Amino acid sequence: MIPELGNFALALACCLAAAQAVLLLLGAERRDARLMAMAPGLAFGQLIAIATSFAALAWSNAISDFSVQNVAAFSQSQAPLFYKLTGTWGNHDGSILLWCLVLAICGATVGAFGANLPATLRARVIGVMGAVAAGFLLFALTASNPFTRLSPPPMQGQGMNPLLQDPALAIHPPILYLGYVGFSVPFAFAIAALLERRVDAAWGRWVRPWALTSWCFLTCGIALGSWWAYYDLGWGGFWFWDPVENSSLLPWLTGTALLHSAIVVEKRESLKVWSVLLAIVTFSLSLSGTFLTRSGILNSVHAFAVAPTRGLFILALLGLVIVPSLLLFAFRAPILAPAGLFAPVSREGAIVLNNILLCSIAAVVFTGTLYPPFAALVAGEQLSVGAPFFNSTVLPLAIPLVLAMSLGPTLSWKRAALFPALLRLWWVALAAAAVGIIVALGWHGLAALGFAGSTWLILGAIRDIAARVRLFRLPLSESLSRLAGVPLGAIGAAIAHAGLGVTIAGISGMTFAAQRVVFLHPGQATDFAGYHWALTALDHVPGPDFNAEVATLPASRDGRIVAVLHPADHTFPVQGTDVTDTAIRTNLVVDLYTALGAVHDGGAEVRLRYDPLAPWIWLGALVMAAGGGLSLADRRLRVGAPARRPSLPSPPGGGRRPARAAG
Amino acid sequence: MERLAIRRRPLLLLPLAVVVVAGVGFVELLQQAKEGRYNPHKVPNLLVGHPVPAFTTGPAPPGTGFSAADFQHLSHPVLVNFFASWCLPCHAEAPLLTELKDHGVAIWGIDYSDSKAAFHGFLAADGNPFTRLGDDPNGAAAVAWGISGVPESFLVDREGIIRWHLGGPLSPPVVADTLMPLLHKFA
Amino acid sequence: MRRLLPLLLILLSALPCSAATPILTPALTPAEEARATAIGSQLRCLVCQNESVEESSATLAANIRQIIREQVAAGRTNHQIMQWMTARYGDFIRLDPPFNRLTLLLWAVPVLAPALGLGIAFAASRQRRPPPAPLTEAEKSRLAALLE
Repeated sequence: MIPELGNFALALACCLAAAQAVLLLLGAERRDARLMAMAPGLAFGQLIAIATSFAALAWSNAISDFSVQNVAAFSQSQAPLFYKLTGTWGNHDGSILLWCLVLAICGATVGAFGANLPATLRARVIGVMGAVAAGFLLFALTASNPFTRLSPPPMQGQGMNPLLQDPALAIHPPILYLGYVGFSVPFAFAIAALLERRVDAAWGRWVRPWALTSWCFLTCGIALGSWWAYYDLGWGGFWFWDPVENSSLLPWLTGTALLHSAIVVEKRESLKVWSVLLAIVTFSLSLSGTFLTRSGILNSVHAFAVAPTRGLFILALLGLVIVPSLLLFAFRAPILAPAGLFAPVSREGAIVLNNILLCSIAAVVFTGTLYPPFAALVAGEQLSVGAPFFNSTVLPLAIPLVLAMSLGPTLSWKRAALFPALLRLWWVALAAAAVGIIVALGWHGLAALGFAGSTWLILGAIRDIAARVRLFRLPLSESLSRLAGVPLGAIGAAIAHAGLGVTIAGISGMTFAAQRVVFLHPGQATDFAGYHWALTALDHVPGPDFNAEVATLPASRDGRIVAVLHPADHTFPVQGTDVTDTAIRTNLVVDLYTALGAVHDGGAEVRLRYDPLAPWIWLGALVMAAGGGLSLADRRLRVGAPARRPSLPSPPGGGRRPARAAG
Repeated sequence: MERLAIRRRPLLLLPLAVVVVAGVGFVELLQQAKEGRYNPHKVPNLLVGHPVPAFTTGPAPPGTGFSAADFQHLSHPVLVNFFASWCLPCHAEAPLLTELKDHGVAIWGIDYSDSKAAFHGFLAADGNPFTRLGDDPNGAAAVAWGISGVPESFLVDREGIIRWHLGGPLSPPVVADTLMPLLHKFA
Repeated sequence: MRRLLPLLLILLSALPCSAATPILTPALTPAEEARATAIGSQLRCLVCQNESVEESSATLAANIRQIIREQVAAGRTNHQIMQWMTARYGDFIRLDPPFNRLTLLLWAVPVLAPALGLGIAFAASRQRRPPPAPLTEAEKSRLAALLE
């Protein structure tokens, strides 16, 4: 009964989404206030319907209702409840439903917070989101329906992918999807603006919080995936340039560009055409990323097996969303005349440079990811594009990007002088150069570059805030009281820039990582990286749906035990696979990393790693997302702010203004 | 303004052009993948058409091992088969190999990365379809032949040139439609 | 992820991505060892295909590492070793694709993309914008009032 309810709710949601698209777009075209007023109602109705449908699937998973084909194929009754629930989206059909749910949440949020938008714009935004939702709900209903029943139901499910029984990987998809699908809102705003033939400062202001929210989630989602790879795969790698990873990086790169160009739209009414294009491209890349990686065309190890017919359906759907959008863009974009002029050396100029470099990196990643299948198609030759290619081509583009990141905030809007700006950064540059030279002399050239860049970014961010509060130029108490007046947006930006510095430091630190693979019997020990690693025990421990070999491995330094590590190897008999369970001891500066390899002859192959600064890679991403979140709290970015307080103009560059003004 | 707009339109159509080209390519790739003509994970083997590479294998009783030199003066084509006892598809393939042997096909087996005991278990369970047997404990011969998994099979003609390669187990349709005609051609 | 591949390939071939093989590598000098490692990290593991031969714990990757070390010890150049590999596995085994006619576009994009971006930005900045619309009568009188 519950699955049928879910199926019905799914069909209802599809109808509501179609109605949302047709009625609202038509209403906006005819300026029909009654039709346009239906926008929030339809968006909420769609959300309630999909939420019901999703809840029904989650329920079927929770009670292990194996009469539902999806549950029977991807779950099993012994799995812990948490993983049964997260297993709802751990397969293709369920993840599409989750995707639709997130899209509906975004639509309803626009409905809820969009009361101050012009009626036609709001109707068009929600209408466009309805059109996208209708397409994907139709796909969920017909080609990948998760509620298909089995008769007779099997006694036991075929089992859950053991890899998905991991906390980070379990929450990875929802967070990533919030990022991917969140970019549907800037996309809908872009299409609506093209339909309205109008992009102005207000458009930039409306789009920015959406882009920023999605960007924060995407940053967290990518970091979570990378962290999972690091601790789960058992050899310390954190980024493989795998097509699936690249496809999540692409919208992040263009989304970051959008985030910055929207500021120029808002403050200077420039870069309008470009921002609209970025909004369309970012969502298109999100869509392609979620779906094309499942087509089986790219050489990826993240396997979401999809039947080729489904692949064609998905491709047709992508075409229906992307092609008309870009066509509309090509014909309407020339109407969007720029208003603000600016000199090449200015804050706007720096943001343009940032956009060019980010999009160039995106172009390189895009080409590198798609090149192997297209080379096979065109020339019939099989080739690989892997980490060495991406590392060597992305690095030269990333260096000027990092340089511009600390320089940009020192430049004034409209027109700036380069030399005084560079003078303001003198001590930052000096520190970065000093760090770079010390590392280069002592160790490694590439790491020196990384650490210099990281220093440049972190100190550049500190300098930005210090300059705003006139640190050391005014008494300390005065500077502190000024801090309260610095717009949260500026603090958030500085924190996000510093966060990238932290990540770069982590990646550079990993160039000093060391590892050793040894075969140890219980009672044996080895010395590695300044630590004494002893295998004291190797135990066989049965789990709920797996058997585990658990090692006890104390690592000691100078005779004192620093950490007792328990790397394990889990064997899942139902699925016939085994999963390594690494044990990592971190003090946030260095990771002691152990993974268990093959266990035989009463001993075990143990991989020992010493990973300096590894946690900084993901901490940096968290700092970036936190900076983004802080910017969101800025009053000037709140969706309702411009309409309710039209009398307060926002000074360019963020002048003094109480950050927590009432209202 | 309008004139300017028209002049810049080709550039505005660039994103659309990229999407259309990629889309057409993907449709074709999906079609090829569906028909089994395209598989991004398939490892190519470029040795086909070239002489047998330099390699050597150790004895694998009852086999005495063989090396590249043994391919120099053949009186008939040879099917070289890489296998291992720990490989399930190899067990599945064994009856078909035995059938080929009964048809008079010379099959030279190379046991890849295996333990002696398990190898004897394999022969005991599945019979011995091999005319010659070689042991490749550290994979030196396997890599010299450019294999990426087991089982893999090669057809070597009388001049010692590799004529055909199959990554994966032999199946009755492959034997009937591809291998047998080739055996006749190079006999 | 690396454990997932055997599931996929179970019917085709069966090389587990992780296995223990005691490998006896020839004794290399640190410089030779660095050279062998550099070559290994340029080669794609043919079993766990998103890892390099150097990173992968697949048996076949260990075999290839062994062969690289033997060839390095025998004094073969990086180029010769790479050629030995591509003679068998083609460019598929190279994680760093070669520069040739087929990969021209691939290697051009890192230069073309920023060049195109800078070109567009330059053209946009030089573009003359339309003169402002002539003032209406009302505006003219207001301007006159302001100037006075």
